[in-house]
Amino acid sequence: MPKTLRLFACAALAACAAQIASLPTLAADLRIALASEVTSLDPHYFNVAANNNIAWHVFDALTRVDENARLVPGLAESWRAVDATTWEFKLRKGIRFHDGAELTAEDVVFSLERPATIANSPGSFVPFTRQLVQVRAPDRYTVVLKTERPYAMVPYDVNSIFIVSRRAARRAGTEEFNSGRAAVGTGPYRLARFARGDRVELVRHDAHWEGRPAWDKVIFRMVPNNAARTAALLAGDVDLIEQIPPADVVKLRANGAVHLAQKVSWRTIFFHLEQGLDRVPSITGADGRPLDRNPLKDVRVRRAISKAINRQAIAERVMEGLALPAGNLVSPGVFGHAADLKPEIHDPEGAKKLLAAAGFPDGFGLVVHAPNDRYVNDDRVAQAVAQMLARVGIRARVTTLPFSVYVSKARNREFAFAMLGWGSYSGDLALRSLVATFDAAKGYGTWNWGRYSDPRLDALTERALATVDPTAREPIAQDAMRAAMASLAVIPLHHQIATWAMRRDLDYAARTDEYTLAHHVRPR
Amino acid sequence: MLLFVLRRLLQSIVVLLAVSGLVFAGVYAIGNPVDILISPQADQAEIARTVAALKLDRPLWEQYLAFLQHAATGDLGRSFVFDAPAIGLILERLPATLELAASATLIAVGLGIPLGLWAGIRSGSLAGKAILAGSILGFSLPTFWAGLMLILVFSVELGWLPAGGRGPTQSLFGVPVSFLSWDGLAHLVLPALNLALFKLALVIRLTRAGAREALTQDYVKFARAKGLSEARVIGVHVLKNILIPVVTVVGLEFGSLVAFAVVTETIFAWPGTGKLLIDSIGVLDRPVIVAYLLVAVTLFILINLLVDVLYSILDPRVRMAQAGG
Repeated sequence: MPKTLRLFACAALAACAAQIASLPTLAADLRIALASEVTSLDPHYFNVAANNNIAWHVFDALTRVDENARLVPGLAESWRAVDATTWEFKLRKGIRFHDGAELTAEDVVFSLERPATIANSPGSFVPFTRQLVQVRAPDRYTVVLKTERPYAMVPYDVNSIFIVSRRAARRAGTEEFNSGRAAVGTGPYRLARFARGDRVELVRHDAHWEGRPAWDKVIFRMVPNNAARTAALLAGDVDLIEQIPPADVVKLRANGAVHLAQKVSWRTIFFHLEQGLDRVPSITGADGRPLDRNPLKDVRVRRAISKAINRQAIAERVMEGLALPAGNLVSPGVFGHAADLKPEIHDPEGAKKLLAAAGFPDGFGLVVHAPNDRYVNDDRVAQAVAQMLARVGIRARVTTLPFSVYVSKARNREFAFAMLGWGSYSGDLALRSLVATFDAAKGYGTWNWGRYSDPRLDALTERALATVDPTAREPIAQDAMRAAMASLAVIPLHHQIATWAMRRDLDYAARTDEYTLAHHVRPR
Repeated sequence: MLLFVLRRLLQSIVVLLAVSGLVFAGVYAIGNPVDILISPQADQAEIARTVAALKLDRPLWEQYLAFLQHAATGDLGRSFVFDAPAIGLILERLPATLELAASATLIAVGLGIPLGLWAGIRSGSLAGKAILAGSILGFSLPTFWAGLMLILVFSVELGWLPAGGRGPTQSLFGVPVSFLSWDGLAHLVLPALNLALFKLALVIRLTRAGAREALTQDYVKFARAKGLSEARVIGVHVLKNILIPVVTVVGLEFGSLVAFAVVTETIFAWPGTGKLLIDSIGVLDRPVIVAYLLVAVTLFILINLLVDVLYSILDPRVRMAQAGG
């Protein structure tokens, strides 16, 4: 036993010694704790934020979005719609892969065709490439993409397809990418080591086309537990952490050794309301018996629900300031956001009047469903909404579930009043997924859990997505957003505010898309 | 003896079948993994294609039969999210968990037996009472809270030890271990201590009770009457006799340490199998969940078998036929 004790005493001392000894060499290294697990370094295997986050360091794409989620050039210095179904991308010249080879249009063609060859992906990148009926490289620095029908999202879609080296990635799968053999990109960092479940280590790519990156070495550790991530920062184990929960933001703001960066995220939280069924078993009358009609189909009832919700109070108290009340389905600044759509004013009296006018003077009963591990304070937000509904006479019970259980039930339309969060590069794209009429053949309304349907909105959304000129497209997308919000296809709640915390001497260009990019971390 | 082992192995296969069937049906009932994993931009056709590609559209019994067929050849399926064999993912992380569990056991035994002895022999003293009271804390503190407190005190406030993660690993007989370097040990101390707390309390309790009982036995009185030194009476005669139950319990508990290191691994971001399990449940990565539970069950069966066999060797009174029945 004395031996054991001695061992641990030594270990403690050694830890201190190691910290002091290693301080100078760490100066140009950056250690980041990520909130989710990186599962594969194959950038075309699984479209999930954590994997893409690493891919944005090792690889690049033809286009990018900036910190405000606006489209900017990437590997392509320019692009244009030659005609309504043909897009031409001009590559920058002299861009070098990590192995020294020059990036050519052949690599781009290979990369755009690769996602479709990966059959076992649980979350494929094919949705970004499927519209392309032809991909070709007329010369070394030009890529021409053809779509079957006019499709405005092409420049955005190619922002999601990372460009890999054709030579290195041919016949490669996750294993070859994880080992680093195939993970040859043009990004600011090269892969040094991937220890699954633990960390990803990157080193600087000196020949990066935007100039030498600031950090010699970047270490991403995966720390999904919120408390553990905050502790890692406070203990000095890491320099920067992402996804700070509201309770910790308050604590960290008071800590002089920590600097915070915040940004309105693209993630909008809203409620889907069942509008496809004439009778909903879980919706009951004031007497507790099932109603013979569905009140949620009446726009006056939906308006009453919207008026009953005090978004400001939820943002300030439940979200502790980490939310912006929403009147749109996309965040301010995102393409297609209509600035004239303001969050609904809290008006419980008006709500009661509307309910009475709709034939529900005594209200009715329903169940508010929400996940309890997906969005910031999701279960508490659902509780608050239910209480606010109760105040205007709608007896709302709350059921929260882990997202893994929740999402399948929601897709099966088992919920009449269900929370969902959504991040999108553009308003019309969000409308297509969320509130366009459910149509499997067209691929519209995939996430339209409430089966809202409005032919005018469908037509506007379709027209916006087919307008390849962005200046002509944005007003149409905004009109579509206005149409959806005017009839409250869904009830928007708020846009989440994302928070990063870091060492006091660092700063981060906080991003709408919530990515944590080492090359945007700078000394202050 | 051979018959006994054979019979136990047969029983084990039945248990493994039952567990795999239960877990399979359970995860199936929770939901469709594609609903969680699919890209938000995917449309209905893409979702249907993915479900079909992962063979999740087949009836449950068909999926289970296919699983059994592959399992018979040692293939427990491929993780949806990691794009790697499930069994490989688990074996890849098992060394980290085994290292953590072994360190925790070492702490529990190394501290627990001396403390328990002290508390048993000097049960009236202040130290004895303090140890006993401390062991109650060990039993009753929730692991996650104790873990957070350890981090808060030793990492955040004092800055002595890292707040989480595993240190650098070296290869020892082909197995990556982290306890060979100071940095690795520093990373190991807090999680191991956290995981050990409950077992430590258990060992203290067992040792104390055993010691108190042994002290009143005739052989101890006789040894003292012979004039043996107190150190020899306690260190040889008492300790030897109370060690048997302690070793049994520690051995059996090792399995549960490995299987349920989940909380500690989550709080300390320890890249072990527990963390893998939690992540896999979150995204319904069924191949990994099933494989993990099968590995855990196998581990339990093996340890139990080992203990039974050891028993029969140590104590001839334990008849194999009875133990097997």
